[in-house]
Amino acid sequence: MKKDLLLFSAFALLVAAAPQLFKGGYLMNVLVFVGINTMLAVALNLLLGYAGQISLGHAGFFGLGAYLSGIMTTTYSIDPWLAMPIAAIVVGIIACLIGFPVLKLKGHYLAMATLGLGIIIFIVFNETVDLTGGPSGLSGIPNLKIAGVTFDSDVKNYYLIWFFTLAVMLFSLNLANSRVGRALRAVHDSEIAAQVLGVNARILKVQVFTLSAIISSIAGSLYAHTMTFISPASFGFNFSIELLTMVVIGGLGSIFGSFLGAALLTLLPEFLRAVNDYDIIIYGALLMVMVMFMPGGLVRGIPALYRKIFGQRKGTGNA
Amino acid sequence: MEFNQILQYTLSGLSTGAIYALIGIGFSIIYNATGIINFAQGEFVMLGGLLTLSSLQLLKLPLWAAIPVSVAISTVVGVIFERLAIRPLRQPTPINLVIITIGGSILIRGLAMLVWGKDTHAIPPFSGDTPIAIGGATILPQHLWILAITLVIIVFNKFYFYHTISGKAMRACAYNRRAAGLVGIDVKRMVLFSFIISAAMGAVAGIIVAPLTMTAYDVGVMLGLKGFCAAIIGGMSSGISTVIGGLLLGVLESLGAGLISSGYKDAISFIILLLILFIRPQGLFGKADSERV
Amino acid sequence: MNVTVKHFVIAVITLLFSTNVFAAAPIKIGGLFAVTGPAAFLGEPERNSAKMVVDEINKAGGVKGHKLELIIYDTSGDATKAVQLATKLIKDDKVVAIIGPSTTGETMAVIPVAEKEQVPLISCSAGSKISDPVKKWIFKTAQNDSLAVGRIFEYLQKAKQTNVSILTVSDGFGASGREQLKSQASKYGITIVSDDTYGPKDTDMTAQLTKIRGSHPQAIICWGTNPGPAVIAKNVRQLGIKSPLFMSHGVSSKKFIELAGDAAEGIKLPSGKVVVADMLPGTDKQKKSLMSFVKDYQKHYKAEGDHFGGHAWDAVMLIKSAVENGADSAASIRDQLEKTKGFAGIGGSFTYSALDHAGLGKDAFVLVEIKNKDWAIVK
Repeated sequence: MKKDLLLFSAFALLVAAAPQLFKGGYLMNVLVFVGINTMLAVALNLLLGYAGQISLGHAGFFGLGAYLSGIMTTTYSIDPWLAMPIAAIVVGIIACLIGFPVLKLKGHYLAMATLGLGIIIFIVFNETVDLTGGPSGLSGIPNLKIAGVTFDSDVKNYYLIWFFTLAVMLFSLNLANSRVGRALRAVHDSEIAAQVLGVNARILKVQVFTLSAIISSIAGSLYAHTMTFISPASFGFNFSIELLTMVVIGGLGSIFGSFLGAALLTLLPEFLRAVNDYDIIIYGALLMVMVMFMPGGLVRGIPALYRKIFGQRKGTGNA
Repeated sequence: MEFNQILQYTLSGLSTGAIYALIGIGFSIIYNATGIINFAQGEFVMLGGLLTLSSLQLLKLPLWAAIPVSVAISTVVGVIFERLAIRPLRQPTPINLVIITIGGSILIRGLAMLVWGKDTHAIPPFSGDTPIAIGGATILPQHLWILAITLVIIVFNKFYFYHTISGKAMRACAYNRRAAGLVGIDVKRMVLFSFIISAAMGAVAGIIVAPLTMTAYDVGVMLGLKGFCAAIIGGMSSGISTVIGGLLLGVLESLGAGLISSGYKDAISFIILLLILFIRPQGLFGKADSERV
Repeated sequence: MNVTVKHFVIAVITLLFSTNVFAAAPIKIGGLFAVTGPAAFLGEPERNSAKMVVDEINKAGGVKGHKLELIIYDTSGDATKAVQLATKLIKDDKVVAIIGPSTTGETMAVIPVAEKEQVPLISCSAGSKISDPVKKWIFKTAQNDSLAVGRIFEYLQKAKQTNVSILTVSDGFGASGREQLKSQASKYGITIVSDDTYGPKDTDMTAQLTKIRGSHPQAIICWGTNPGPAVIAKNVRQLGIKSPLFMSHGVSSKKFIELAGDAAEGIKLPSGKVVVADMLPGTDKQKKSLMSFVKDYQKHYKAEGDHFGGHAWDAVMLIKSAVENGADSAASIRDQLEKTKGFAGIGGSFTYSALDHAGLGKDAFVLVEIKNKDWAIVK
């Protein structure tokens, strides 16, 4: 726990200093999205890495948050700061209601059910044209404002998003190290054993599912207010898969891993751009290679790799 | 008139459903032998269609020769995939398997995009496109091909799984992999076999639908998803249950589009899927502890 | 003496001028195209055409001594990526104008960025809301959907086929078409008797068409892009529906005829003039641009240029003429663009003004019919 907090403080300092290091520019914009994706990956990781429950529909909750905020602030002129918690509460209630029947399912049935949910939500975004603007999207969403400061530039958005991201990370770190976190890991390892020890696995799973959906919803609201435009295409099946990939590549059950995964997948296209049309192939190959050679994710794989190289060098020195 | 419409919806639904069923069976076979949900299953469907296109246009093969050639090549891809991605996996946890097959499907799709480009391609129907009237509804000769080939494959499956040694061995793997290994069944070989059969079936499905639906590097995604639905409704069986699951899905979709709302038709089928999962997670026809192959 | 001074002055001026020519900095233009992903059928020809015309311009010595430098990024049709890349173009690459993005959704997402950073953006997507209301820095070269809808409705009104069924794809292109079809119907005395949609990846539309058949329309209008409309054409034939079938300009390429095969015969659609370039009368103002575009595209890519590529071609040419008129910064290019008058491009004859950043009239579209696997202009 102490180690985590220390690491977190160092990380927060780095985040705060980053704009000075990069002097604004385009990278700031990318880092804004790294922040949003980190929030989402952490949310999914709570469910997947800690409670061991897969979800292939998290883009749906992300989209619900974005759309609820977007609709409330544009059509009904509700203040963004009020819309965001309302959206989060509504999404929380929906997730809680759905959670009970869905989380009874296991393994690939759970995967399929959450996938179906995500697709249903996506179709609703597309079809309720009067409300959401349909496939052509919803524009004119206002930026967030605090005390006369409008968050309308990349640097301002960077601080805004990362404030929330760091808060979510700190909260999740605390949660993971709390009694609840231990109970979750117990459910992960063996639901029956956890039940025997007095953990109400069913309620606990629904609680985590709801929490995860609420965090995703907040990320969605923030996304809507920084982009000022949303369309259903950003919340489809593919994005759910991308989130899942971030969590796995980063490392299941590691909050910092989620950041690494989100950062890698958000930054990767920047490096692959040079190879143009081939990027989809490299992306696919990378996914496979990662799972094959770093099944514990970056957060465990990099230290292992480091040790391996370091160890080898020592070996050759002796010889 | 009203009756004619219902008949048309049903016939249209059955022919789309047969495709979902074929793809669904592919999912089930691999799942039963290995416990893997192969998210790359849809890509074999794509490969079947596009390879046929190349065999017809580049190699100038006649259709009867183009089909086995493309099924064979797709099967080779299936084998390579199993050898390079599935077998060497050090920690084959379900989640790692999901990710690796997703990675594989992205990779195969990307390669297909390089080879065949992003355009959609048409393939000529097997025997003309003069509509056939049935009652007040019409279908195409290709629909009959689809139904017939689906039927042949089901019969073939039944024979393979119940009357050949390797089929029985694969069923044993489905019941209990460790026990199967203990009695001397080469489980790894069975896994490879399951990939061969599924790849071949996916390719066949891709070939027989291509004249109707046309084909492109990205057709596998949606078809794969629907096939997955069919398999779940059928309780991951590789026999008649999944076929019924697929047909049911097809008919419901078609009726939903015609009678309720075309925009929500996919939502309707997924809602039904969710209801089935909530109420009967073992599939519509499965008993709680049913046989899986 | 006087004469030598004069000569000297002239020599100096020429020298100054010529060094100026040699030292002129390249004009950097950004391109955002959906080269991969679901909108690749737009993005790929757009990228190809933009590259092609920039190469041709540079080969011919550039514009007033400036070479054009085109920096292209692939958005894969994703609004988030489009926004990131627009920011990258402006902040890192320091472009003075942006061409694209390919889809209306992406364009709407990018508009706030371009407006805020004050860089002119020439969108290649069709949605009317891009230029309505007019936004200071935003122009477009793709013809508004409303013009295409108007062409079809005009024809139907004349033919007295006023009971119409519509079948649109549930993506940005179809949604925008559907909106226009519904809102303009009453203006032409047209009644929409049924309104259905299909998914962009759907492979069988007989269910929707059976329903449409039941509502007895005098014409069916389908709004989508390949391959859906080809499936629909085949399904219409399978079901033996006799009502004439109309398509959108989204399928005005040879690819559609190839996919739909015999089922394409007799289908009518509004199209940019590029597909019928060689059939246009010599008096047509656009003919020269169209013929050179078609010829160049054939030469560079061994494929037929379509009007999607034309949108990017037009955008580059508009920027070129702005630079010819002395513009070299973002602000001056914007001002010159707004002064464009009667530029005969691929999409039509463009005349921008402070009140109109779409710049095209109804003559941008011709109604064509598919006959013997080729296009024929409907008189």
